Amino acid sequence: MREHTVLRVVAQLIIPPILIFALYVQFHGDYSPGGGFQAGVIGASAIILYGLIFGVEAARRAIPPTALRITASLGVLIYGGTGVATMLAGGNFLDYDVLAHDPIHGQHYGLLIVEFGVGVTVASIMIAIFYVFAGRGRVEDRDT
Amino acid sequence: MTTEILLNFGLLVFLVAVALALAGMRHLFPVAMLTGLYSLLSASLFTLLNAPDVALTEAAVGAGVTTVLFLATFGLTRAREKPVKASRQVIGLVVTFATGAMLVYASLDMPHFGAKDTPVQTHPLRHEYLVAEQHEIDVPNTVTAVLASYRGYDTLGETAVVFTAGLGVLILLGRSRRGKRSNKA
Repeated sequence: MREHTVLRVVAQLIIPPILIFALYVQFHGDYSPGGGFQAGVIGASAIILYGLIFGVEAARRAIPPTALRITASLGVLIYGGTGVATMLAGGNFLDYDVLAHDPIHGQHYGLLIVEFGVGVTVASIMIAIFYVFAGRGRVEDRDT
Repeated sequence: MTTEILLNFGLLVFLVAVALALAGMRHLFPVAMLTGLYSLLSASLFTLLNAPDVALTEAAVGAGVTTVLFLATFGLTRAREKPVKASRQVIGLVVTFATGAMLVYASLDMPHFGAKDTPVQTHPLRHEYLVAEQHEIDVPNTVTAVLASYRGYDTLGETAVVFTAGLGVLILLGRSRRGKRSNKA
């Protein structure tokens, strides 16, 4: 798809807003629709669009598959780690009240951290699945 | 209110039209495109039903990522449906109509759209989530509060499910690619 100038220009124009929208949905999820899962999928779709237009190889250079495996596990670790942190602070598992002096502030911190973990894992897994699917086709094309 | 009803009807008519068009197709590329369109129409319906969280997910996953994955899969397999024997088509038709009839029968038991006396409206948990939440967690988006705090344990499980599913795909498909590369070298 490298010769499609219109697609390339339009993609260059809309990929940054998609990424910013993903961050907005991620970190504004307490106040407006959305949350970690939605943000992760929207962010992943921006990278997938980049891979479709500029080639999977370019996308792999921007976000290496090895990094995705680390971030995918990191997201779950952030979520579970928050639960362990609340237990160490003296509360129940995932009881965010104890994260700050004020229970409501603790809840806000907890929501932000946990949603961030969800977003990171979902985005990483989506991009990784896209790499695997798209990469197989490319390799077979070259072999035949 | 009338515009909303008209929009609802219009979207539902489009949904049925897309579904009928899908059923008649043999070539799978337009099927993938129409499935994306179906998701986009569903997302619009969810927005009309005041469920923007679900609409965002449906638009991004159903219309976006799934369509791309379908297309990528067609690159690996053939993009045309095999002709099916007439006898098996009859069985499929019977199963489809039986399932549809059961769903319609079950939907008769559901409360009417917008009814006041449904369990969703009358259950004590409604007060807990919509009123007490503003004092306990104090975020305007109750969906986020329910998902991440009240039901934080479930969401941890869901995140683990996404992670495990992704790992499964990587193990099944990621390895054979590397194998091919090493064969060539």
